[in-house]
Amino acid sequence: MLNIGGLHQGVVIDHIPAGEAMKIYEYLNLGDLDCEVAIIKNASSKKIGRKDIIKIEGPLTINIDALAVRNPNVTINIIENDVIVEKRPVTLPNEVTNIIKCKNPRCITCIEQELPHIFRLTNKEDRVYRCIYCEEAYKRNE
Amino acid sequence: MKHLISPMDLSVEETDALLALAGKMYDHPEQYAHLCEGKKLATCFYEPSTRTRLSFEAAMLNLGGSVLGFQSADSSSAAKGESVSDTIRVISYYADICAMRHPKEGAPLVASLHSGIPVINAGDGGHNHPTQTLTDLMTMKQLKGRLNNLTIGLCGDLKFGRTVHSLIKAMSRYEGIRFILISPEELKVPAYIREEVLDAGHIPYEEVSNLENAMPELDILYMTRVQRERFFNEEDYIRLKDTFLLDKKKLANAKDDMFILHPLPRVNEISVEVDDDPRAAYFRQAGYGVYVRMALIATLLDLA
Repeated sequence: MLNIGGLHQGVVIDHIPAGEAMKIYEYLNLGDLDCEVAIIKNASSKKIGRKDIIKIEGPLTINIDALAVRNPNVTINIIENDVIVEKRPVTLPNEVTNIIKCKNPRCITCIEQELPHIFRLTNKEDRVYRCIYCEEAYKRNE
Repeated sequence: MKHLISPMDLSVEETDALLALAGKMYDHPEQYAHLCEGKKLATCFYEPSTRTRLSFEAAMLNLGGSVLGFQSADSSSAAKGESVSDTIRVISYYADICAMRHPKEGAPLVASLHSGIPVINAGDGGHNHPTQTLTDLMTMKQLKGRLNNLTIGLCGDLKFGRTVHSLIKAMSRYEGIRFILISPEELKVPAYIREEVLDAGHIPYEEVSNLENAMPELDILYMTRVQRERFFNEEDYIRLKDTFLLDKKKLANAKDDMFILHPLPRVNEISVEVDDDPRAAYFRQAGYGVYVRMALIATLLDLA
């Protein structure tokens, strides 16, 4: 068992599918944060077998909604004064703006760069987000 | 401010009311000849479309209104790099209502978000073409007398054909509708239409690749063109464009009261020998399109 120091204050992103941590790291631009970030890969998990975990030290400045769009199964632990004050799954936002980009070459956002990229949750069960302009579905794991 | 961006912007009740008004305009055009006097329609067409543009212009002229506009991006300020939102802000001061066609999907929605006048989507790329859908519905209603309990065959390019997708969505809201989807493997209806519209709505449908076998069951046969501009690859286009052609021989097993619809323009998917068949309704369909656009313009301008 590998031990990583606990957090006094920060966020633990748990139950990340094994191998996905670096993608989330890049997706949330964690490299831009001026704080300690620990990535644990291939940890044992009773729930999903193998998982990755990301620990971020410091106050919550990242957009949790952004994570939900891409990895809806992860859980978030908020830690304050060495205590987990909140433990919850990420919730799917109904609409996100400029979190994910529309990749449809036929979409108006492709030629009008200043337009906000807005996606709406159109199927909660299957967690499908569609561009409000062209209705192209956002594909996870791209 | 009301706009029409997607065929599903209108509820079934609103659609039925619009078709009823269009039917009245068709029966008594003289009663509506001055309804839009003093009003102007701007036709903002960023890509060529003779038929849709003329249909909109004929509709406004039939209502006593006038029209202005442009016919291609080259002859508009888009050539100078102006955004859709800026263009519509300006057009809002020139006209009372706007019909917009744009090659990029979602452009009319962008316009509607910044417009001071009602915006009608006159086709945005391969995405939506709501007035074509309304035209299709009016044609079926006028010819069959109903929009429920119909077996509708959709034939040709069901993958890229936006009119097909919109028609499936719109007709799925009526009772007793069954679809027979006739296409080559490469041009089948996209998965999301099958899953989110047909399966989700428990709408019965079959996917087949033989037009002749499906013919006897159909109340409506909706033919589509395999469009060159929807392909990235010329070889794919040439290989698939002639796959499903309708001729007199294939019509032999069709019901006497079946009707053939086509959004037009036709290339060669319907043989000209079919044109004289009383079941060929595609030219009448274009005529109905004018009346349904008249009803839409009057409704969006709150003059109905």
